[in-house]
Amino acid sequence: MEQTIPEVIRTVPLEYYIYFATALFAIGVTGVLTRRNAIIIFMCVELMLNAVNVLLTAFSAYRSDPNGQIFVFFIMAVAAAEVSVGLGIIVMIYRNFQNTDVNLLNRLKW
Amino acid sequence: MTSIILLSVLGIVNLFFGFLKSNKILLPAAMVILALVFGVNLIDWNADPRSYFNEMLTIDRYSVAFTGIVVLTTLLLIPFSQKYVREGQENLAEYYSLLLFSLVGAIMMVSYDNLLMLFVGIEILSVSMYVVAGSDKRNVRSNEAALKYFLMGSFATGILLFGIALVYGATGTFQLTQINAGIINPANASLQPMLYIGMLLMFIGISFKVSAAPFHYWTPDVYEGTPTFFTAFMSTVVKTAGFAGFFKLLMAAFFAAQGFWVPTIMAITVLTLLIGNVGAVAQTSIKRMLAYSSISHAGYLFIGLVAVNGKLSANAIFFYSLAYSVATVASFAVLKLVSDQRQREDYAGFNGLAKTNPLLAFVMTVAMLSLAGIPLTGGFFGKFFTFGAAIDRGYIGLVVFAVIMSMVSIYYYLRPIIAMYMQPAENETAEPIAVGSFQSAVLVLLALLTVLLGVLPGLFSEVFK
Repeated sequence: MEQTIPEVIRTVPLEYYIYFATALFAIGVTGVLTRRNAIIIFMCVELMLNAVNVLLTAFSAYRSDPNGQIFVFFIMAVAAAEVSVGLGIIVMIYRNFQNTDVNLLNRLKW
Repeated sequence: MTSIILLSVLGIVNLFFGFLKSNKILLPAAMVILALVFGVNLIDWNADPRSYFNEMLTIDRYSVAFTGIVVLTTLLLIPFSQKYVREGQENLAEYYSLLLFSLVGAIMMVSYDNLLMLFVGIEILSVSMYVVAGSDKRNVRSNEAALKYFLMGSFATGILLFGIALVYGATGTFQLTQINAGIINPANASLQPMLYIGMLLMFIGISFKVSAAPFHYWTPDVYEGTPTFFTAFMSTVVKTAGFAGFFKLLMAAFFAAQGFWVPTIMAITVLTLLIGNVGAVAQTSIKRMLAYSSISHAGYLFIGLVAVNGKLSANAIFFYSLAYSVATVASFAVLKLVSDQRQREDYAGFNGLAKTNPLLAFVMTVAMLSLAGIPLTGGFFGKFFTFGAAIDRGYIGLVVFAVIMSMVSIYYYLRPIIAMYMQPAENETAEPIAVGSFQSAVLVLLALLTVLLGVLPGLFSEVFK
């Protein structure tokens, strides 16, 4: 039997999506707070954004409201713009420090 | 709306000026563009509120007023952009264009009607700021500021987005007024914990952006490392747009959940006031002191938010933002001119400035007095109106605390004045700071505007009726 994508999404209870997205988000936050390499911190931020995408899609399917999925596209586009700027900054740091460890950045006190 | 289109198109046109051999046209071109946008924006002042793009953006008096502040601030700041990066910098046009593009984000933040536009506006503004924070590419301090700002900013964005997703889950919409209706709707009552967690995460995300305690810790470092010209832009335009957006969010979307967020914001206010003012006392660098001062001013603006006093709060926030922006632009302009020539940003760098450059010393004095809230300057009435809105709602304790904190602030705002007027210059032959005649005129205008706001506050105190 042919199922639409929102129907497929709805085969899993909504709570599971919330737990899953929260777990992903928590992993991302923990990573940002504990890791010391700028690129890994950056990857953890992306993980947080993807947790949001999962959550928005699930809510959107359950509420039969397309707005949530449109939001996901905007998040993806903005995240791509952020990646390009962020990697540019990290490359600039690497050129000057030959490293991307945030512990090296102590010229200004935290 | 016209201002968004104009800024985007003319920002691109401005990029093409970069192909010209001479850099001389860039600054006048940017100023003309900003003046044009400022004028076009004011046309909508008396028009009826109109919404655009399927109710994504609303242009009403509120958005026109705050758009006016951010454009005017940029217009007054931009004459000081020369030499903000190292000598021989090639691609100046990009930086002017980035400023124009970031204003588009700021305008979206003050006129949004849908959380989607709030998010896009914040990001347009922030991503441009990440770039300009690192514009001094070979300076390791600028590098470090850019990376810290970028990592903290994108982290905050993630938190903000998770909050938006949870609020969407609890109410089923991104539209501000419908969120408010969704909160009241008894069908959503069981989802209240999700709504509250979502709101809390959104507050955390926005507090990061407007540098309110306890999410302020990136501010002093980033402000110190960023080239001074862009620091001034960050501490005025970003803060004004952030607060205008925050106020709109609280009033239009979360009004029904007041019982939850008023205590939360109150806690943030008290912490911000305490950390901003006490932190500023300990600083030895004027730039870092101004960074802490911008944290403390976020606290005073929060008092206007907490009051939830409708038009009274909106007027207070408008007036405070205007007075704060003008005084901050003036102080950063003087700091930039002095630190460019003397190569230092500490208090001693200002020693004897009154002898060598009476004008700079006078403008800096007016700006410092306004930031401290001394009568006859704009800052006094800014504080007067925000405190008044809070007292009207019976928050006496909060206002008493804020007044004590602003007394603390007088200590660190008077230090540059003492250095300028009472300390002798480091060496007798200290050369006067070179200031262009146009820059002098803008400095005088800034000082006049500050005094005007303090003498005739009625001109701007009741813009929203």
